[in-house]
Amino acid sequence: MTSPTHDAPEILDPAAPPSGVIAIEAGRLEKSFGNAAVLRGLDMTVRDGEVVAIFGANGVGKSTLLRVMATLTRPDHGNISIYGSDLSKQAEVARLSLGAVLHSPMLYGDLTVKENLTFFGKMFRVPGLTERVDEMAARMGLMRRLDQRIRELSHGFQKRAALARALMHRPRILLLDEAETGLDEPARLILDGVIAEHRAAGHAVVMTTHSIKRGIAGSDRVFVLSGGRVALDRPSSQVTPSDVTDLYGDPSLIGPGGA
Amino acid sequence: MLASLGTVWTLARKDLLLELRSRDIVLAIVVFALLVVTIFTFAIELTPSRSRDVGPGVLWAAVAFAGVLGLNRSFAMEAEGSTLDGLMLTPVSRELIFFGKVLGNFIFITIAEIVIFPVFEALFNISVLQIETIVIALLASIGFSAVGTAFAAMSVRVRSREIMLPLLFLPTSVPLIMAAVESTSVVVNGGSWSDFSDWLQLAILFDVIFVIASAVLFQYVLEE
Repeated sequence: MTSPTHDAPEILDPAAPPSGVIAIEAGRLEKSFGNAAVLRGLDMTVRDGEVVAIFGANGVGKSTLLRVMATLTRPDHGNISIYGSDLSKQAEVARLSLGAVLHSPMLYGDLTVKENLTFFGKMFRVPGLTERVDEMAARMGLMRRLDQRIRELSHGFQKRAALARALMHRPRILLLDEAETGLDEPARLILDGVIAEHRAAGHAVVMTTHSIKRGIAGSDRVFVLSGGRVALDRPSSQVTPSDVTDLYGDPSLIGPGGA
Repeated sequence: MLASLGTVWTLARKDLLLELRSRDIVLAIVVFALLVVTIFTFAIELTPSRSRDVGPGVLWAAVAFAGVLGLNRSFAMEAEGSTLDGLMLTPVSRELIFFGKVLGNFIFITIAEIVIFPVFEALFNISVLQIETIVIALLASIGFSAVGTAFAAMSVRVRSREIMLPLLFLPTSVPLIMAAVESTSVVVNGGSWSDFSDWLQLAILFDVIFVIASAVLFQYVLEE
């Protein structure tokens, strides 16, 4: 039985400069579900200090790619590593560096916000857990809802709680799969603030979004997926919304809030 | 080691807290098992000797079938909010997640047995509340929890999971159910430890093999 390394993850330091260290390195990733090939030899590198936006039409594999990065889905072929830890062998170590907000909040509906954050904090052995729960609740505007059950919260507040869960252990890499969906303006500002802090601390953010303008404006690099591979990899400053949508193929596939 | 035990307890405690709020699992096991036991008391003309002959079989069939309902629910709960993904995102090894779920399910089945056994004893008028039967019940609960947890995890992503779990769980558990029935039968007929030591050994062997095998299997069934 292997036991994970449970060293306290590094605390975010907003003053730390981007290090340029490779945070995520994926090579020739392939993943199929039945006969449907979703990822077909995808290569991608994400460095510390980068905010990366991934675009692509529905079903192109954005969520699958994030699930592979989050160690939830095992690729059929190819390699992926987080800070040098090969996910096929050292996933438990890599998970200490990962925080993810995916489509579902991944919180227990019958537990309160506080109980959920405390439970996941214990799973990560977060030091000073009580203070950290309060800190995250305050950061996400959840202080008055700490004792409410998750199923009693609106979708937006569930998303805020999910973001708090993902950040409890101070991850170096934040994976956001359409995290802005369903958020009101104050919650979007909180999300933008979290992303900015992460970048300033020299950590990495990988996000998928259908809001192309917002994604380009809020990122350092843009990837567009097409045909299960990276069709465009360019600094955001050199990308226009039409560069992205041109690679979507069938315009009818562009989701709401697109260009 | 202590840290691992702490993690297992944190996982089980979370399941207990959820059960305290919803009361889905224990209630399902108790109600179903008591229904089975009650129906048999009406279906069979219970003389003292017939009670001792069929009673142990009825008791363990009721516990095993009712246990399936509870085991199904314990993982359905994780699937509903994708909290299984949340658990998988933590740096906790799959083995510890498995043992945490097993401990939770073991406690649920044991609590259900604490309710079922006295009612069974009253209805069938045979004494099962003895140290020997309690040991058998604990061994059976360990085996049911281990096998059930692994198969419930396997079934959770399948559309027809309510059918899949009993199809996998019940045939696999036959040796354990047989050992429990035969041991209980010896006890209610006045036998001693040595009279059912072979069945007891079978139950222990089943638990050892299936706790290890289920822990290994669990890691693979959770992977997409």
